[in-house]
Parts: sequence; C-alpha cells; structure tokens
Amino acid sequence: MSRSNFRSAPRAALAAATLGSALLLSGCGYNDFQRLDEDVKGGWAEVLNQYQRRSDLIPNIVATVKGEAGFEQDTLTKVIQARAAATSIQATPELVNNPEAFKKFQDAQGQLTGALSRLMVVSEQYPNLKANAAFQDLRVQLEGTENRITVARNRYIKTVQQYNVLTRSFPTNLTAMIFSYAVKPSFTVANEAAISTPPAVSFDKPASK
Amino acid sequence: MSWLHTLRLPRLGGAPAWASSWALVLGLLWGALVSLGAQAQAVQAVPALSARVVDSAGLLSADQRAALEQKLAAFEAQAGPQIVLLLVASTQPEDIASYAQRVGDAWKIGRRTVGDGILLLVARDDRKVRIEVAKALEGAVPDLAARQIIDRLITPAFKRGDYAAGLDAGIDGLIARVRGEGLPAPTPAPGAGHSGNGGGGFDWQALALFFFVGVPVVGGVLSSLLGRKLGSVVTAGGTGALAWGLSTSAVVAGVAGLVALLLVGVMGVGSSGRGPGGRGGLGGALGGLSGVLLGGGGFGGGRSGGGGGFRSGGGGDFGGGGASGGW
Repeated sequence: MSRSNFRSAPRAALAAATLGSALLLSGCGYNDFQRLDEDVKGGWAEVLNQYQRRSDLIPNIVATVKGEAGFEQDTLTKVIQARAAATSIQATPELVNNPEAFKKFQDAQGQLTGALSRLMVVSEQYPNLKANAAFQDLRVQLEGTENRITVARNRYIKTVQQYNVLTRSFPTNLTAMIFSYAVKPSFTVANEAAISTPPAVSFDKPASK
Repeated sequence: MSWLHTLRLPRLGGAPAWASSWALVLGLLWGALVSLGAQAQAVQAVPALSARVVDSAGLLSADQRAALEQKLAAFEAQAGPQIVLLLVASTQPEDIASYAQRVGDAWKIGRRTVGDGILLLVARDDRKVRIEVAKALEGAVPDLAARQIIDRLITPAFKRGDYAAGLDAGIDGLIARVRGEGLPAPTPAPGAGHSGNGGGGFDWQALALFFFVGVPVVGGVLSSLLGRKLGSVVTAGGTGALAWGLSTSAVVAGVAGLVALLLVGVMGVGSSGRGPGGRGGLGGALGGLSGVLLGGGGFGGGRSGGGGGFRSGGGGDFGGGGASGGW
C-alpha cells in the first residue's frame, strides 16, 4: 500500500496539475468569449436578414402606391431614397466590430423606418388604397417584418450586453486585453431628438385628392 | 446615521456596531433597488402554462374550454405541433405583439427538436387577437395567412360575441394550414418527453467531458491515496451522485456510476497501483452498487411537472412572426 502510494505520487501531482490548469483555462473565460462572439455574429446575421426582408418588400409597396393617382410624391420619394441609402451600405458581419460603420448602417435603417411609417400613415388618407387588397396584404407583411426586426434587434442587444459585460469585468477583462477583444456596439434609439419632441398632430387632408 | 444605532439590532456573535448598521444600509439599498425594478416592470405578467387553453379572462364556459382543449390535444397527438390558446383581459401597457412575444419566449411552445408551436392570444378588453407563430412554422402559417385566419374566421364570430365559435374556427384554420406542412411525426409516447419549459435539457457535453477527463484523473488520484478498492468505490459513488445531480435521472446516474467503476476499478485507468485483480473487481462491484443506489435514491425527484397533463415541449423559437387583428 505504502509502496504504491510512494510510486504514484508524481503521477498524482501531474494529474492534479492537469486538472488545475484545465480549471484555470476555463476560468479566464476564453471559451466564453468564443461562444458569445459567435452568438453576437449569429444575432447580427438575423438582424441583417430581417432588414433585407424589409428591403425586398419596399419595391412592391412603392409600385402599389404609385398606382394610386395623386399620391403625395414627397413621401414616396423619401422612402425610395432612404431605401437606396440603406442598401448602398455594405452590410457585412464585420460591421459589428466597427462602431462607426455600425452607426452609419443603423442611421440609414432608422431613416428608412421613419420614411416607411410616414408612408403608411399617409396611405390611410386614400380610400382607394385602403380598399386595395394587394396593398393591405403588403401592409400586413410589412408589419410582420417590422416585428421581426424588433425581435432580432432585441436579441442582438441582449447578446452584445453579455459579451460586453464579459469584456469589461474582472478577470475576463485581462483575457480580452491579451486577445484585444473590444466592446461591441449595440442599437440605440434611432432618432433620440425626434422622440423627445412631441409629434405635430394635423388633421389636414392632402390638397390633391 | 445616529438613528441607525438607536434601532438596537440583535448582533451576531459580537460583531461590531458598524457591521450591523452597514448591513442595514445595504439591506435598505437592496430594498430600494428591488422596488425600483418592480416599478420598471409594470407590464402584464406571463401566466403559468397550465393547459392548452389558458383562459384568464373568463371568456369560455367549462364545456367550450374542454372541447377546444380536446381538439388541440388530438391534433398534437396526431400530427405533433403544439397550439396553445391564451385569453387575457388586457395586454396594456404593451401592445399585443410584444406581449405575445414575451409569452412565446417564456413558454417556448413546440416540440424540442422541431420547435413547432403556435400561440393564439386574445385580449378581451383591448379587442385584439394575435396569432404568434414559431419560426419552424413560419412557412406553414405566413403572416398573411395568419391575418386571413383572424379576419375571416375569428373576428366575424367575435363581433357577434361568440368567442368559442371564433376560436374554434380559427383553430381549424390553423390546423388546416399546419397539416399541409411535412413535419416529423410525433413520438409514440408523449408522456415520456423531456420535462418542459426549457429547463429539462441538461448539458450532455459537460457530462461526457467530466466523464472521460475527470473520472480517470480523480479516480487515479483517489486510488493512489486510498488504495484501489476504496478509491474506485468513492469515485464511482461520486460519479453516480454527480450524474444524478446533473441529469436528474436515476438511470443516467446508475450507468455513470457503473462506467466510472469499470474505468477505475477494473481497467485501472489513471492508476499505476497494482492491487490484486480480485480485490479490484470486488471494489468495483461495490462501487457500482453504491452508484446505482445513490442514483436510485433520486428516483422520485427525476420526474417533475407532469401533473398538468400538458407541458410545453420547450423548443419553440418565436421570432416575431404572425399577425394581429382587432374586432
């Protein structure tokens, strides 16, 4: 008994060292970084996916609205321009590591959201459009897409939050420093200034009707 | 801060005065934080998923409820997808879409491996209906189809005040849509599924890692310290207990204990000690027995939440698909 005890002592020490280093490695959060980084990428891809879905829907909406005689041209042009601006930005997965490009992308999509919701509000004033089944169908699809965008953005925000907490808290911030993992950008309210001012409510009908 | 000291808190084992007052300050801060959090969460709570038809608004009679319940149960048994009906008084201050999203995230209706769930939500006082579709069924029930089901089947009856007929027609519409989708057939014994609500799945990977790395290492250390017999018994017992704790399944625990015992006691993995084979085998057998017994001790705790007759498969991922309507 004592002989085998003596003989296996170095082996036990080695085993303990292996176990200890394995614990140390998992304690520094390296694997957590890898997992969350992939989660963030996946979340971002889903956001892009839903924005693309909306972008694909817009030509149909524009075409239907154009068929309505005397529709407010200004509103329509704004949607077309905003879509062009939003699609001109190359939306790549690497965008999440570049806060400036991320902000530009987000601003462009925010503009499009604003222009589209304005279009939908204005379209309420045209009885022909309201009775147009194709337009109502498009409206439902747009509604669903906006919903999906909201969900995807929410999930992205939550994942990025986890990642950023890991990046900034001790001791995993040391790992982040060694491998130069930076805090990732997240969504904010698209137009804070616009939200803090009350909307102007107008009951005027458009002149051309 | 002098008022704190006049409170005369009972002190723990001669702790200094500043410790108790500090604890009180911390407690107050914590209380303030908690109440702040409660204030920020002034949204409607998600009700417990007690059945396929959760009627917290009291719109249905017992018979109507049972009939709908039976229809949904029959469909699930036959085809697999889970459809749940939730009737609430109101979703204010949230709109119905975000409330439905929260309910979907909490309940995760749909089979674990397929994720095929649909939530039909009615807000009585808001006069709003929503069909929330899990991602797996967005192809079968696109937003437009959901909207048409609401507009053509559900709301006409709701306008007459006949909620049961509207819900019945709506569920028929949904079933007809989902039936066309080539979904995998349901498992023969629905009662033997995972324990629901997403908490049932445990980390097989972690268990396997623990098994093939941890057991030989720990077993080696223990058998060199305690001798092979006692070492293998302790390792197998520990493995069984840990496996039971991780998986909450007595069977998994027993198997884990036995395998650990085989690894350490009989094959001598990780140990350089050369005890007589017979004694190692005996120790192994003892260890395996203790593993099984330890695992068996947890038999009652292994199954939980099965009383209601229905539980969520825990696989539904709701990504905002579906449509809303009003009446």
